[in-house]
Amino acid sequence: MGVPVTTAALEIRSFAHGVHPPEHKEDTRELAIRQFPFAPVMVMLLSQHLGAPTKPTVREGQEVARGQKIGEPDGFMSVAMHAPASGVIERIDQAPNSAGKMVPAIFLRPFPGSGQEVIEGQPCDADTATREEIITAIQQAGVVGLGGAAFPTHVKLSVKEPRHADTLLINGVECEPYLTTDHRVMLEQVDDIIRGVRYTLKASGADRAIIAVEANKPDAIEVLRANLPADLPLEVRVLKVKYPQGAEKILIKALLDREVPSGGLPIDVNVVSQNVATTAEIGRLLPLGRGIMERVITITGPGVERPGNYLIPIGTPLRFALDEVGLRKEATRVLLGGPMMGQAAASLDVPITKGTSGLLVFTEKEIVGTGESEYPCIRCGHCLDACPMFLNPSRLGLLARNRQYEDMAAEHNLMDCFDCGCCSFVCPSHIPLVQYFRVAKSILRERQAAS
Amino acid sequence: MHTLEIHTSPHLHSGDSTDVILRNVVLAALPAAAFAVYAHGLSALLLLSVATASCVLTEHLLCRLNHRASTVGDWSAAVTGILLGLTLPPGLPLWMAAAGGGIAIGLGKLLFGGLGFNSFNPALVGRAVLQGAFPVAMTTWNTPFAADRFSSVPSSTMTWPFLQPEYDSVTGATPLAALKFESQGTPTADLAFGFVSGSTGEASAALILLGGVYLAARNMLNWRIPAAIFATVAALSGLFHAVDPQRFAGPEFMLLAGGLCLGAVFMATDMVTAPLTHRGVVVYGVLIGTLVTVIRYWGGLPEGVQYSILLGNACVPLIDRALQPRAYGRRQREASAS
Repeated sequence: MGVPVTTAALEIRSFAHGVHPPEHKEDTRELAIRQFPFAPVMVMLLSQHLGAPTKPTVREGQEVARGQKIGEPDGFMSVAMHAPASGVIERIDQAPNSAGKMVPAIFLRPFPGSGQEVIEGQPCDADTATREEIITAIQQAGVVGLGGAAFPTHVKLSVKEPRHADTLLINGVECEPYLTTDHRVMLEQVDDIIRGVRYTLKASGADRAIIAVEANKPDAIEVLRANLPADLPLEVRVLKVKYPQGAEKILIKALLDREVPSGGLPIDVNVVSQNVATTAEIGRLLPLGRGIMERVITITGPGVERPGNYLIPIGTPLRFALDEVGLRKEATRVLLGGPMMGQAAASLDVPITKGTSGLLVFTEKEIVGTGESEYPCIRCGHCLDACPMFLNPSRLGLLARNRQYEDMAAEHNLMDCFDCGCCSFVCPSHIPLVQYFRVAKSILRERQAAS
Repeated sequence: MHTLEIHTSPHLHSGDSTDVILRNVVLAALPAAAFAVYAHGLSALLLLSVATASCVLTEHLLCRLNHRASTVGDWSAAVTGILLGLTLPPGLPLWMAAAGGGIAIGLGKLLFGGLGFNSFNPALVGRAVLQGAFPVAMTTWNTPFAADRFSSVPSSTMTWPFLQPEYDSVTGATPLAALKFESQGTPTADLAFGFVSGSTGEASAALILLGGVYLAARNMLNWRIPAAIFATVAALSGLFHAVDPQRFAGPEFMLLAGGLCLGAVFMATDMVTAPLTHRGVVVYGVLIGTLVTVIRYWGGLPEGVQYSILLGNACVPLIDRALQPRAYGRRQREASAS
């Protein structure tokens, strides 16, 4: 369980359970962020975040400039959208998302060559703006969680009385193997991060901020610590390397030894958390009144010729992205995100969204051991030792096979599972446990919606 | 053009595999088996081979009879076979060992649905049936280190099927029986290293523990189970021995004599028939340890490991239900000042 609180800076914390997949970060962690070119057609999904889809404010055939707003938030649980390039709105139509579903999207054809000007909106100053003004500015900048969940950031930051955040957690854990996005952002964008902390500390009303980094990024820890401003209640804390420590609830447990109640939010234990790249984005966009148009993404894996960390325009189709970095012919699996929780892309027409932190391409070699023939559960208990939520995946798996979905939720806390995949990773019988749980959860949600 | 493969996350795996785990259990039992062959010669070699072959063959044939792919490749039948062999008296007629193997796999495992579905340890089911059916043969112990053990086998070993054995070789009492019925002690060193009468594989506590340590180090055995059993037996026997040393044997004898080591390390730890949670296995271990002590001190039998583990197996569903892990965020722990 939690390590007792001792002194100071060298203390390294973690959480109980979890797994240690091979890290594979060495291919890209030394590579500086590089600008990615514009694709011939960009596809902006209207729903790139949790909540209501963005309302388009442009029409087909309209010319837009890079940075111009092309969509307004549809209510509080929604964000604005900006043109990633100057060009013409080709059409507003259906496009495939990462789950393989056709969803509404704006198709933008950038002008070739010149004219990639950035339009500047209303600047927002951290010192003079009010909490509400910062929250609105973040929503208008289209910022959502860049760590993968794509939860609208301004919603998290809107802490309403009588709730109070004592800690703003800046998540630089990046526990997914292969990904080095947040690592590079911490190395190269430390000023943006600090400025982002200023904005979000004020917006959330939190007493202090902590940047959490795993011990496998010593250079990032050093850079952050060297740049901590004296006037901010901000510190950097180091965590032992372990998956899935970057998951919000697990990070809160590891760092603060608090447990978010089942079905609750971090604010229930007085915490607001956001990804470090999100923080940097806020620090970069708000002073200029800009909107989010591009993000840092790691494109890597043995199926890629030129792996690296790229500043890629939102809306770049995977096909273009992979052509640019060179897709090897052995490539068999394209993953959006990391190897533990990432989704296998069903189509290369899927575009990069705000929540895409990585593009990982595997060949036959890496996927050995997944999808192997199954043995029955031998009750070895390894899944219980791996589950960071302290569930009983062995029992849940058996109930899933018997289709006892209600029992899974009522007696075995199925709904607390957040799909980290530790159980499937360790299962010696190769039972697709987390897949069973995903199916069970979605069936239960449908039943609940129907009743 | 690339063909994209769709697979659900996670896209990595630890590399552990059930067949590898079970194969390693066989490997870990080999030192104890080798010592058995050294102590009892050809008869032990034949006994272990026949028990294992019978288990594997039964599994294969019953799978075929059921029009299913044979599951001998998962190594679980081999595990049952070698463990069954290790628990049998070294001079047991081979036909009884073969019957025991058939019962262990057929009745103890496949009848329940095969690997993962049986409630009781299959090897112990086989042994318990043999003990009920052939009480004399199952409690007649050839003395180890007979001079001609590598050149001939005792006539009991080669008894014709369905006939009862006759014993021409020297048989002796096990240390537990000697103590229970003749009030005779045995030197501790003889117990630890296996220079005593008893079941084929139970003699050398040291080699059994070696196998257990290997499995535990590879995370293929839950060390909490033997630890809880040993601690319970040691604590209870220490207590009673302190009260009446004449009547109750002390902890070192209780831990090293008989089948406790073999049972605690290789039988009680059978993953399929043990509880799932760490708290559960401790309760299970304490239960087995208590039962062993009670049966040995007050029961009619000199030994009680087999029935203690089977009774422990029977309690597993109850233990599992009562001791679920406490899920994250479900109930806040009381704030502790320390």
